[in-house]
Amino acid sequence: MDFEAVTQKIREIAKRLLSEGQVDAVLGYREGTVPMRERPFFAYTPEEAEQLVWTPFCCNNLANFLIRKPKGEIGKWGIVAQGCVTRNLVGLIQENQLKREELFIIGVPSPGMVDRRKVLDKFPGKTISQVLVEGEELVIKGPGLDERLDMKTVKRDNCYTCIQRNPVIVDEMACDKAENDSMGGDIDKMAAPWESLDPDQRWQAFYDNFKDCIRCYACRDACPLCYCHVCFVDESQPQWCGKTQDFADVATFHLLRAFHCAGRCTDCGACESACPVGIKMRRLTSKIEKDIRQMYGYRPGLEIEATPPMSVYKPNDPEDFIK
Amino acid sequence: MFARRRFAVLKNLLEYIGLEPGRLHFSWISSAEAEKFQRTAQEVVEAVRKLGPAKRLIKDIRKVA
Repeated sequence: MDFEAVTQKIREIAKRLLSEGQVDAVLGYREGTVPMRERPFFAYTPEEAEQLVWTPFCCNNLANFLIRKPKGEIGKWGIVAQGCVTRNLVGLIQENQLKREELFIIGVPSPGMVDRRKVLDKFPGKTISQVLVEGEELVIKGPGLDERLDMKTVKRDNCYTCIQRNPVIVDEMACDKAENDSMGGDIDKMAAPWESLDPDQRWQAFYDNFKDCIRCYACRDACPLCYCHVCFVDESQPQWCGKTQDFADVATFHLLRAFHCAGRCTDCGACESACPVGIKMRRLTSKIEKDIRQMYGYRPGLEIEATPPMSVYKPNDPEDFIK
Repeated sequence: MFARRRFAVLKNLLEYIGLEPGRLHFSWISSAEAEKFQRTAQEVVEAVRKLGPAKRLIKDIRKVA
């Protein structure tokens, strides 16, 4: 993927939309203050649109920033969106959080985003001050550091098993669509990694995975599914979930967070990218998504007209577990 | 019926993270099925007693308070 050309095209589209008054703001990514962390950015004027970029480090899910807008502030939005972001936009439209006519979607096929942790882990103790993209390679620079990495080896886990690289809904593409919607990985093989273990090992794996959680809620805040005005963890009357670092409280938070996303999660990986301690929430959430896929044949965010699986039922739904 | 879908997912999730099979039970019981209610309650108590005290997802308030 030619990131420079896509960047130019995104800027061109954004400038046109803003100067013609078709949208009030364009939501995209701009360069981050540290390498490999592009950040969400609202361009309100054609001049600001010059700062928009498209790189393999666009890990935030921008759909998240449309639902936090104060009501009535902006009429129509432009948004730069890859496959997973449009899937979340579809979900938000289904859940009446957005209207399709409020959006102008600038579509980009996702190249698969880079997991900055995987890059950092390759150079322990070194400071990375700059990361450049050259073709399919990353050039990593820093004091005493000038290395090259194949981008394919350091992508985020969820990007390898992506099923929808191209936007589901789009108004204008910033480049040609990718040939394959799928990235090639088999999600059913990667999902729910603890299924093969016995109950004791499962509990140990679950404990090891989440024991470092500091309850900062970055995973929740980065998630475009979490838009409740008061989250259950922030409620104090009644207090659904304890505030301590005790593992029972940590586990309750993560279980309920995952459960609230049942049948809605698009596996965009924003939670894992946002986590400051590198917890792999997808080991938990992928189990639910796998169940939903197998029991109810549903993949979230692919069709606006589809009915979300948790708001309907069929007479022959599985019920072997009910005695 | 909506609950059936949610419970199916919830049960799989809790057993996926290592809650012992047999600790979580689901049953449809009508208000007219007193006998079934009594029988089910006994079965649940027996099954859970076999597993012993719960150690997972339990917070000891004396340790954390």
